[in-house]
This record gives sequence, C-alpha cells and structure tokens, in this order.
Amino acid sequence: MSLKEIKELLQAEVISGEDNLDLEITFAGASDLMSDVLAFGKPGILLLTGLSNAQSVRTANIIDAKAIVYVRGKKPDNEGIALANEKGIPILSTKLMMYTACGLLFSHGLSGVSSLPDKK
Amino acid sequence: MMSDEVVLTQKFEITGGDFNKAGRVSTDIKEILQEIGIDPSIIRRTSIASYEAEMNVVMYAQRAVLTLNITPEKLHLELEDEGPGIENIERAMQEGYSTATDEMREMGFGAGMGLPNIKKNSDKFEISSTPGKGTSIKITMSLDQTEKK
Repeated sequence: MSLKEIKELLQAEVISGEDNLDLEITFAGASDLMSDVLAFGKPGILLLTGLSNAQSVRTANIIDAKAIVYVRGKKPDNEGIALANEKGIPILSTKLMMYTACGLLFSHGLSGVSSLPDKK
Repeated sequence: MMSDEVVLTQKFEITGGDFNKAGRVSTDIKEILQEIGIDPSIIRRTSIASYEAEMNVVMYAQRAVLTLNITPEKLHLELEDEGPGIENIERAMQEGYSTATDEMREMGFGAGMGLPNIKKNSDKFEISSTPGKGTSIKITMSLDQTEKK
C-alpha cells in the first residue's frame, strides 16, 4: 500500500514529505509508548502514534521507521518536523482515533508486526 | 589476534532532566555510524541501545558522559552517569519494572523496558551501579558479520 493510498484512506494531512507519497508501506504498528516502539518496532514499519513530541520522530528515526501517521489530529512540534525533513521521514496527520485508523488500514490489507501462532 | 587500534573515538555529554534534547546524542551517533558505513542492522541495534541509555540519563540522572569507541572489530558505547544509581540491578533488568514518574510516561517512556531492551540489542552488555553515586553501562557490538548475534 502506498503512502498516498494511506493518506486518502485516513483522509490525512501531509505534514512532511509531500514528495515521498509513492513510498510503499508493507506493515504497520501503533503505540503511544515509545518504550514499546523501541522494543517491538521493526525496520520499515509505518508508525501510528498519538504522541506528538520530538521524541516520537527521534524514535521513528532510531528504529528505521518508514513513515509516521499521527492520530487524533496530533501534529509534531517544529523540532520534530525539522528532524523528519532532515531524515526524510514522511509525516501524515489524521483526525481519526487510533483504533479506527488502525482498523481501516488493517481491513485494507496492511498487516501488523505481530501475529498469533498457527493452530496445529 | 584482536586489533585494539581505535578507528574513531568521540565523547558526548548528556544532561539529566532535559527532555527537549533527549535523544539528540543517539540521533547524532546514528548519523556518525551511517557515515562510517557500519552495517545497517548493527547501526539500528546500537542506536536503540544508545537511545534507551540516553533516555535513562535524562529521566533519572544529573548528567552523563557517553563515549563511542570504534575499533576494526568492535563498537563500544560506555556511559558513566552521576545520579541516584540503581539499588537492585536484578530487579531493574526485569521487563516492566519501572520507577518512572508521570512526566516520564507522558513523554512516552518509563515502561520498564529500557535496560532489558539495551541488553537485547547488545552483543555484550555490562552494568554496574553505586547507589547515591551513579551507574555505568558498557555496550559492545561485534562488527564482524560472522559473529553477529
């Protein structure tokens, strides 16, 4: 799924990385807790979060996230935006709540970072 | 025979309580490692370990010096902080154990995952602490792909 499709699906505003909307996203993860993002995030992840301080962008950069979607209408501060521009991390912001944003993406085929073990 | 020749050494200062700058040092370190051309998966693990350690200083200590040392075979991160230290290291190493304040949690940290996550991402991890004085952490990464975790 391209970032452009995600933008349209979530009716999101592009905060940073307008030129990078053709990036292909293959999986996503959501958390407001950066401790957990650092522990469970995987490289290439689309990070959905409602935490809008500069730490969210720094964390995304540290774990090699592909892009960030802020939920609940949140937007990063200027320092976060500057870092995202510098590191080439596109940022979207949607007014949707976390659950709805994740549900929409998942139901359109975007998988997560975790799954239940196969039943045998 | 292992070579001890240092390719790069750099010191960084971290200030406790400075939440706005928290993470800058690790962001800089990641950039340095990228410029040197270290393997991306090692960069990622080093950056995560460094960032967790940096956040611990910001959250709990007064100040710290983080030293990055790179030799042809190894990457070393040594962090020495001045702070309250850790009374019970074994307990601090347990996932979910945390003494974080509400302010720290609002920043998205303090879930009790920091030290276990540093250990998980390091090839070698050492920690020692003197209550009332400070904590010292040593992280070692093997740069030899065949030895990679």
